[in-house]
Amino acid sequence: MKRPRPPPWLERQRYLLDFTLSSLGRRKGKNMALAALYTLVVFALASVLLYTQALRGEATRILEGAPDLVVQRVVAGRHDLIPGDRVERLSKIRGVQEARGRLWGYYYDASARANLTFLVPDRFWGKPGEVVIGEGVARTRLAVPGEPFPVLAADGEVVVLKVRETIPSSSELVSSDLVLLSEPDFRRLFGIPPGLFTDIALTVPNGKEVSTVAAKIRGQMPDTRPITRAEITRTYEAILDWRSGLVVLVLAAALLSFGIVAWDKASGLSADERREIGILKAIGWDTSEVLAMKVWEGAVISLSAFLAGLLLAYFHVFVTSAPLLAPVLKGWSTIYPAFRLTPALSPFIVSTLFLLTVVPYTVATVVPAWRAATTDPDEVMRS
Amino acid sequence: MRKSDRFLLFLALMLALLEVARLHALHRGRDRAEEVIAMTAMARRLGLTDLSLFTDARYARHPSQADRFAPFQDHPTSLEHFPSGSLVPPPAP
Repeated sequence: MKRPRPPPWLERQRYLLDFTLSSLGRRKGKNMALAALYTLVVFALASVLLYTQALRGEATRILEGAPDLVVQRVVAGRHDLIPGDRVERLSKIRGVQEARGRLWGYYYDASARANLTFLVPDRFWGKPGEVVIGEGVARTRLAVPGEPFPVLAADGEVVVLKVRETIPSSSELVSSDLVLLSEPDFRRLFGIPPGLFTDIALTVPNGKEVSTVAAKIRGQMPDTRPITRAEITRTYEAILDWRSGLVVLVLAAALLSFGIVAWDKASGLSADERREIGILKAIGWDTSEVLAMKVWEGAVISLSAFLAGLLLAYFHVFVTSAPLLAPVLKGWSTIYPAFRLTPALSPFIVSTLFLLTVVPYTVATVVPAWRAATTDPDEVMRS
Repeated sequence: MRKSDRFLLFLALMLALLEVARLHALHRGRDRAEEVIAMTAMARRLGLTDLSLFTDARYARHPSQADRFAPFQDHPTSLEHFPSGSLVPPPAP
């Protein structure tokens, strides 16, 4: 049985693609190096984009549980302890359902060389003298439930607490460096007298009233700084904005150098390529065919690099938990959470990457070819 | 096999792998959703305001609660020196 022939236009494109691939094959080393470099750039850019997008999504979802409003007291421009009588005053503001004094602070653990966050939960389920620790703390201090947990108090005395349990590792992203303890232990360790709190958390059930409540607090207590949940979330959006930060700065330099290399390669035709265009024109190819061939050339390299780079980045970020990005995020932290991110491959990210990488390269390939293809073949070959 | 067929096959393979990645994201997302819900509940129960991502500097651990000048407060003319500072900008006014 005779196979049906594809439409002439499609068949023509396939011949053009055959020719393009042979033409690329003649400069194999150069083109392979370019494709590898291109893949690396897409991989790096996609890794940062996928990682920050996933982390931002995670932060937004988790911080939905953050207090509606946190009120800090500011003395001489610095965050200071807030008196307990403010809890009652704040709870009387219309729209506030509950006000709760929070106790939390930092403790530099010299033995582990780590900053720990000590926090008193609203209803601590352990006994006084016990602590519940995050997985990162347990790892760094090699602490297990039932073992002593010595802490240097503000008065210089060593207070020995006991590890009650560790917080499950699945929640390390929020609890890695946490040490939960009872209120009396916290006050004893940090020398905070009763009636003073680190800050006050407010519950405002109607989301639309939060900014009004914040404005009222600023009016009634000018020495305070109310922080809304929306501001907390915005902080994380700013931190994880892919345009900011060290990684992107380094990447921007790499991207720029690649841009220069790619532009040079794509926009400046070599003598060989000019001769090739001249010969093609001389044997009867018209300008549109030369251009189509060049479009294919740009598309073959950029599309392959784009897809390979994107897939490698996905594997790097969501299968191997981004080992190449972790050192940058880790900084000097001794306690770093081990966490998995919720994978996301959004059409926005894919199309952004596509527009940033494939389109410019293909356009850069076509423009000089069009210039050469519209000149007299004899002139092109002689030049 | 023609060169164009080989290339189109390669493209099809890459697109198939991309689809596998998309399905993997959907599947893992469902698994992970429970963990995220548990973390949100923990943030609500303990009144947490920040992720425990950057623990090297005080202002980087709780960026949403830090003073605006926190990176520069160790002494008056000091510049922020923790690597996290490259990722955590001072809180916006």
